[in-house]
Amino acid sequence: MLSRTASNIYWMARSLERAENITRLLDVTHNMALMPNSKGGQQELLAPLTITGRLDQFREHHQQVNADALLDFFLFDEQNDGSIFSCIQQARANAHSVRDRLSSEAWESINATWLELRHRRQRGIHHEGVKGLLDWIKQRSHEFRGAAYGTMLHNLAFHFMRLGTFIERADNTARILSAKLEAMANQHDSNQAIDFYQWNSLLQSLGAYEAYHYSYTGGLSVRNVTELLILSAELPRSLRYCVGSIMQQLVVINSDQGLAAKRLCAELQARLEYGEVDFILEFGLHKYLKDLLRRIHTIGDEIHLSYWEGA
Amino acid sequence: MTEIHAPSPGHYDETLTGEHPREHYQAYVDWLRATPTLTLEQKRNEADTLFRRFGITFNVYGEEEGTERLIPFDLIPRIIPAAEWQYLELGLRQRVAALNRFLHDIYHDQDILNAGIIPAEQVLTNQQFQVAMLGVDLPGETYAHITGVDLIRASDGEYYVLEDNLRTPSGVSYMLENRKMMMRLFPELFLAQSVAPVEHYPNLLLNTLQCASEADSPCVVVLTPGRYNSAFFEHAFLAQQMGVPLVEGADLFVRNGCVFMRTTAGPRRVHVIYRRIDDAFLDPLAFNPDSMLGVPGLLSAYRDGNVVITNALGTGVADDKSIYPYVPDMIRFYLDETPILNNVPTWQCRKHEDLDYVLENLDQLVVKEVHGAGGYGMLIGPKASGEEIERFRQLLRNNPANYIAQPTLCLSTCPTMVEEGIAPRHIDLRPFVLTGREVRIVPGGLTRVALRKGSLVVNSSQGGGTKDTWVLEGSAC
Repeated sequence: MLSRTASNIYWMARSLERAENITRLLDVTHNMALMPNSKGGQQELLAPLTITGRLDQFREHHQQVNADALLDFFLFDEQNDGSIFSCIQQARANAHSVRDRLSSEAWESINATWLELRHRRQRGIHHEGVKGLLDWIKQRSHEFRGAAYGTMLHNLAFHFMRLGTFIERADNTARILSAKLEAMANQHDSNQAIDFYQWNSLLQSLGAYEAYHYSYTGGLSVRNVTELLILSAELPRSLRYCVGSIMQQLVVINSDQGLAAKRLCAELQARLEYGEVDFILEFGLHKYLKDLLRRIHTIGDEIHLSYWEGA
Repeated sequence: MTEIHAPSPGHYDETLTGEHPREHYQAYVDWLRATPTLTLEQKRNEADTLFRRFGITFNVYGEEEGTERLIPFDLIPRIIPAAEWQYLELGLRQRVAALNRFLHDIYHDQDILNAGIIPAEQVLTNQQFQVAMLGVDLPGETYAHITGVDLIRASDGEYYVLEDNLRTPSGVSYMLENRKMMMRLFPELFLAQSVAPVEHYPNLLLNTLQCASEADSPCVVVLTPGRYNSAFFEHAFLAQQMGVPLVEGADLFVRNGCVFMRTTAGPRRVHVIYRRIDDAFLDPLAFNPDSMLGVPGLLSAYRDGNVVITNALGTGVADDKSIYPYVPDMIRFYLDETPILNNVPTWQCRKHEDLDYVLENLDQLVVKEVHGAGGYGMLIGPKASGEEIERFRQLLRNNPANYIAQPTLCLSTCPTMVEEGIAPRHIDLRPFVLTGREVRIVPGGLTRVALRKGSLVVNSSQGGGTKDTWVLEGSAC
């Protein structure tokens, strides 16, 4: 497969995954913003900005952090390359230049999303309400995935697409988890109520709320949340699951290229697959995540070097 | 329930003579008249939505980068009876065969120039003549693998060839998508009449491209300038339909005289390039050094016979408007046959006596630049203002060799859905001719329609639309 095509498909998938991740994050933020400050509402508003590293950029244009400004910044702001609008625009541009390698149905799905999103942007957020808009984006993301899964050949194009999805998703899970820990460490007095909402929102923003309560009886505990989000073999957004999927794709892509990416990924996969939650907590969750993020980024860099710059 | 406006007198209408449908249109017109206008409008809206969703668009130059527009699609098909198509097909085969012979000849022995049939300087000093192609032997001696021939029907009811497109003719994707849309919107019409299918065009094209190479299992690619090109949709569409890679210049490189593409598994040899880039941009080492679209070293690999480029380099000399008047002579010279399709009578302004005639009759003629395309840089005498005519008079005097003139042929009309209802609009026809080991033509082609009332310019870049083209199979008419 052409290197340029592979790269376009990979980045298309990353941008789409990024858009879906931000959507989930905004959804939770939106809920939390409706809470009284005593339950951590204000703190929660900052989360999308710190997680995506865009606090400074946001402050350049906005005096204070409030829900409306934040939503606009992440939904429709063209200047923000991490906004849902920018991500989908980017994904659609990538898809357009390789539309011959997507199935017609997958291409039409992403193209229709883009056209409709522009339309909704013109109408403004309040036309259908924030919740409706966020739900719609999630549904479009599901539809694209379904169309791609069900109609594309499961060949190289497909594997590079999955590779992009899981690299982005692993990065996202590690970032959210790490940002949340930092935020909680900054609160001097431990307030159980705030903690409860914070852990809950963490689970929701990773689509893991139901999964948690299905897997663990009893209340929320740091140990269980850590175990689920890092080490679960079943949760599609856990780090173990994502890294395992990255490995799967790299193995199927199976060319002489990409040995370094495969080696680094296999190492990381072993750490997670045979990891123990007690060790992680003892080692220091924050330190552990930082190391993990660095490893994921190195794998991403190696994919670049070997598949699209190596030929 | 739906009214069809009567054709204007003095024009040939494809569908009606006065009130009455022509025989091959009878069934369709009965159906159209019985269909509520509201239904047609709904179908048209549905088509627009679908085309936009499929991303069947073209980019307009001069507008903001990435501006994508729909080509207006008209629901009313252009119908051609079987016998008429048989005649056209024979004429097209003959014409394209002669053009390919001509190209081989001028880059080798130049018999036609030596025989004095075409003035040598007109070929050899032509901007489109590629010196680099002299003496280069191509597989099958085929230069134009894909040809689009623009035909019109004049008021006398006769077909005329308006121009040949031997470089990178486009529009075939709209032919295919229009058919798909019509079958989706009006399945009942296809049950009622046998319309010759066109859907196998991509297979024929792939086969033509594969046969163009002498390699065992040749690797074929489509070369596009990229997603901002006006015809990008078509490039991607054809690559997808044929199942071959769609590449940009930067994806290819030349090593040891062969062409390779950069893949995730390392370099891979390329044997056939179906290029949708003009000659001048193909190889920055040989032609335009500023070209970012081409592949350095491509020309040398091509001349060594290590890669096939379709269409060949230097085909532009044969579709140039200054060469066009000689095509009937080519047919007689190479094939020893009588030309089947008519040429439009043409005055070559490079000749004194022709120029004098043209200057005297500017208000009745169409004047075109010899290298022009896309409906730009032309004068339509009867429609032009006095000021415009004077401007052209000056242009002609300054550089007569740059222009040809033709009588203003009135393109035939076909009923078309426009604001005022269903009214006659002018149309042309571009069939696509594939030349491989054999010549193949899918029945019909792309019908373009000038949507503005009275306009004769059908180009999509100037507000033209398209119609589905039906060739009826084996019917009596």
